[in-house]
Order: sequence, then structure tokens, then C-alpha cells
Amino acid sequence: MSARTLFEKIWQAHEVMPETADTPAVIAIDLHLTHEVTSPQAFALLKSRGLRVRRPAATIATLDHAVPTDSAQVFGGTQIRELERNAREYGFELLGLGDPRRGIVHVIGPELGLTQPGMTIVCGDSHTSTHGASGTFAFGIGTTEVAHVLATQCLLQRKPKTLAITVEGSLGAGVGAKDLVLAIIGRIGVAGGARQAIEYRGATIRALSMEERMTVCNMSIEAGARAGMVAPDAVTFEYLRGRPRAPAGEDFERAVERWRGLASDAGAAFDREVAVDASAVAPMISYGTNPGMVMPIGGEIPAGSDAQALRYMGLEPGQKLLGRAVQVVFIGSCTNARLSDLRAAAAVLRGRQVAKGLRVLVVPGSQAVKAAAEAEGLDRIFVEAGAEWRESGCSMCVGINGDTARPGEYVVSTSNRNFEGRQGQGVRTLLASPVTAAAAAVTGCVTDPREFLG
Amino acid sequence: MQPVCLIRSRTVVLPEADIDTDQIFPARFLTTTSDAGFAEMLFADWRFDAAGRPRPEFALNRPEAAGCGILIAGPNFGCGSSREHAPWALRDYGFRAVISTSIADIFFSNALKNGLVPVRVDADAHAWLVANPGAEVEVDVAAGELRLPGGRAAPFQMDPFARHCLLNGVDELGYLLAQLPAIEAWEKRRGQTPSRI
Repeated sequence: MSARTLFEKIWQAHEVMPETADTPAVIAIDLHLTHEVTSPQAFALLKSRGLRVRRPAATIATLDHAVPTDSAQVFGGTQIRELERNAREYGFELLGLGDPRRGIVHVIGPELGLTQPGMTIVCGDSHTSTHGASGTFAFGIGTTEVAHVLATQCLLQRKPKTLAITVEGSLGAGVGAKDLVLAIIGRIGVAGGARQAIEYRGATIRALSMEERMTVCNMSIEAGARAGMVAPDAVTFEYLRGRPRAPAGEDFERAVERWRGLASDAGAAFDREVAVDASAVAPMISYGTNPGMVMPIGGEIPAGSDAQALRYMGLEPGQKLLGRAVQVVFIGSCTNARLSDLRAAAAVLRGRQVAKGLRVLVVPGSQAVKAAAEAEGLDRIFVEAGAEWRESGCSMCVGINGDTARPGEYVVSTSNRNFEGRQGQGVRTLLASPVTAAAAAVTGCVTDPREFLG
Repeated sequence: MQPVCLIRSRTVVLPEADIDTDQIFPARFLTTTSDAGFAEMLFADWRFDAAGRPRPEFALNRPEAAGCGILIAGPNFGCGSSREHAPWALRDYGFRAVISTSIADIFFSNALKNGLVPVRVDADAHAWLVANPGAEVEVDVAAGELRLPGGRAAPFQMDPFARHCLLNGVDELGYLLAQLPAIEAWEKRRGQTPSRI
């Protein structure tokens, strides 16, 4: 057989019916993750057709998008009750309120070991690309497709093209996975990955931890890509070993042997290749209203930037962001709310105080992340610094649950989207890494995190 | 689903690039569990000011935009979130087709499932459409052709399966359900479902 890419291997292993000129492929789905916001209408569609969930064991639900992150909030009640009812009625597992395994759907999949190399994974959420970090083909779908998966455990798909993004060189001190992926999106553009499955490869990617790989794959959709993925290797296998839903004992060793074969073969051809020098990447920050409008933190807003975007942001070409006052800092989301993200932010905030008048929200990615952070005292570092420490959820990344900023405010945010209104009407989002967000929390303005190193 | 063969309508133009689904359907309205009554929420923050008054300068609020069924948008329309509420809202408002040089993947797929025709045209045809808001145009799904006033026409590519579904009102769920015997046979060949669950 000719040399194949990671993507092609997974695709072919799930091809129930190959595509033809006239018909898309029927692709089998191994794992379907679901949450309260994009599922209600899918179950209504099932009900209207008198259909059942074909493989209830392959669907796992949680509550994340609309859930309160503090006890004073009551948002999301109807959707939460509806998902609870659907889980009972259709017989799939719900990691619901009060469950210590609950959390952001893209955090808990890998955390529980549900996400395993070689799988096809879908969810009614565009950041499903996160799971590609474990060597899966994982992508976001709409609500009608959620119903397709529930009813058939398959989806109709046209085969995407493949894009290799090869990253070589060392990331500098204070520069992390978030900066790397923002730099990549800035380079290829917000539609640069359209109709392609990205494989991130090269020595720099190999050297990243699983959580860092998740940050990179998470934002593949911000380049418009169908999916982002990393070949499974020793880092992946060690991450998975011992996780509750991963195979155990001899089954695990056998699985590892299988997973080793997933990596792209030497000489496998990609439809397109891009090379990135990691040593040239600086801490990044966004200045506009899409994640392609990013620059090194010390940079000036480029001339010729979209005028409507800059008007919304209250910024002008030629200005620096460094030193600009901000009103809110958000550390959270499926991009950057895992334990390593919280540790990085805490290292900056340890023994320091949040700037006067600044609101800082720290929202762990899952209840398990929250518990682990508390076990090592990170919560006390945040709270003593003057930040709010919350229950897990999507929170101010999407602002459905009432966690929003006020019109005109600048938010340094570790989330994934700086769209107009994303964090509240009129709110201006500056995307950045956890350490850059923590540095801003201390100074109250956009700050180069390298000032806080060592 | 109702068959969609030919759409003839005047256009309304939103020329901005990268219009994301948070603009089309702001997240704060995602708390609904219904799929009806979304017209009011379409482009809510571009159509209305903080007090809920229509912004007269916004293209959809101009008197000549009333009744327009075809939206001309800048490149990469519908990027961002996978929320199907975006095409639901466009349909509910009265749009039947969206035309751009490029349309984001998930939105494109969601639109087709709701009889909202996503049309990718070349840069020349797009430039003409942007420069001529309110033009009466025809989207001929069967012929794969966009017809402009004055006898001009521009072909557009459409996946044959998507075209077949639109023209015949084929519902993709029904199509997939009809493949269940093949799906079951494939699963049997592959062996048990994956080990994890």
C-alpha cells in the first residue's frame, strides 16, 4: 500500500461507504460528545421521526456552555433539564451537575481517556478539533448532524484535503502553545485551513505536552480547518495510561501497538505543506475581531487593518497594545483551562496582587482540573491575588451563562475567539496565552509576560 | 424538506469578510430549545442598537432590503461556531440563498440541511453583486448557474449530492437511515465497537 497520512489512515478505517462523484462517504463515528446548548433540537428531530439513539454507549453528554460558574447564577435551567431528561429517556451517560467528572466537553474527553488515538469524534461544537491532539479525526458538526449521529452512528462527509504544518525550532521563554497557534493562524489566515485536515508535525510539536497539543489543535477551526491533529506518540500513550476510560493492562499494551501504526508514513504526501519556525514566535496578542488579526505583543497594529474591526476595538493602525489599560482578564475555556495553563498563570500571580479595579476570572476547564488545582493550592494563589475562582464551564469564552464584560471594556482572554460581542455586547477581546493574561492581571494593562520570568 | 430548484430575488449586500456565526446569531440567544422564531435574533447586534432601536444605516434595515431573499456576503461567510441557529435565523428571516466567494465549511453544511442554498461564485461575479445591491438575480440550482440582469450569467460549482438533495427535497437523515443495512454489515465486519466504552 502506498504511504498514507495519519488522516488517511483514520478516514479509511471508518469508511463504511467510500465517496463517489455523486455521493459523499458514509463515515462511522466512534465517539459522540454532546452538551446542553446544541442538542435539544436534535433530540426533537429524533422524536418527530420516532427514532431511537442507535448506540447510546457511544454518546457521552456533559453540561458546560450554559452552566453557572458561581452559585449566584441561574442560567441554562431549561437546557440543563432537557438534556437530563433526554439522557434518561434515550439511555446515554450524562456527566451532569454535581458529577466530579463534569467539565468543558473538550477538556473531559481526553481527561477521562474517552478520547483515544485513531478514533473519529464529533460534537455539536466547533472546538471538537481539540481531540485531534490525541491522534483522532475530530470535528464540529451542526445540530441536524448531531441527530444523524444519534440515529445512525454515521455521518455523510466529503473527504477533506490534507495540510501539513511542520514546526521546527524551540519556543522561547514565555512563549507557549497558544502563541504558536495564534502565529500560525495569523500566517495562514482565518480561512487558511478551509476544507482541510491539518496535521501538526515536526520537532516542536513532538516536544509539546498533550495539554499544549490540545491548545494547538483546539484553534484549528479558527483557521477554518475541518480538523487539526497530531500523530500519537509516547507522549500520547503516557498521557492515556491509567485514565478511567482508557484500556487497561494488556489491553492497553495491545492498543499502544495499534496506535503506533497511525503516524503518517515516511514519504506520505500532503495536499499542501507549511513550515513554521518556532524560534521566531513571540508572545502573541490579537488586536481585531477575528483570530487572524494577531501580532507579537510588542508590535504595532498593521496599516491597512480592517477599519470596521478597529472601530469596534477602539484602536487605530500604528498603535501599540503594550501598556494599554484593560478592565477584565479571563483565564479559562477549552483552549487554555487545563492544569498546566492554570499553573502557568499562577506562577505569575504567586505573591502578587491583581491591579486595582481589575476584574479577573479564573475558570477551570473541568471539575477534575478544579480539584487538582485546589490540591496543589493554585486556587489560594488566585484568590489571595484578588481573582475570582469559579466552577468549571465555558463561562466568558461564549458568555451564555451571564459571565460577560461590559460594553467598551477590554478583556485579555485565554479563550479562542475575539469576535464582536463574543464576551458581551460591545466587549473588546484581546486573545493571549495564560501567562500573558496573568501578566495583564498584575499590571492592569497589556504586558509582555517575559517581564515576569525568573 | 421542500425541493429548491430556482430562486429569483433581489439581493442585499453585506460586503464584510469573515462574518462569523456570532454576528449572524449572537450567543446570548442560544439558550433556546426551539428551532423557530429566530428572525428577530438574526444579526441582532448589527440591526439594533443597545436600546433595541433599528440602526437605519445597516443594510438589512434599509427599506429597499425588505423582501430580499438572497444575501451577498464577503468571503469566509459563516466562520466560527458550529451553531445551526445561524442558518435557521437566515431562513426564518426569509433568506433562501447566500452567495460569496467562500463560505465556511460547517455553516455551508448546516445551510444545506435547511434548504438555505450556499453558493460559491468566482471573484468577478462576486464583485458585480457587491457593486449592485438590490439587483434581481436568479440562482438556478439545477443548471448550476447564477443569472444576473442583462443576460449575464456565472456558473457555480455545487456538490452533486447537495444539488440532488436540494432539487428533490431529499432529507439527508432519511438517506442515511436507508444505508443502515450497509452500516450494520460494516460494523459486523469490523468487529465490536471500540474498546473504550
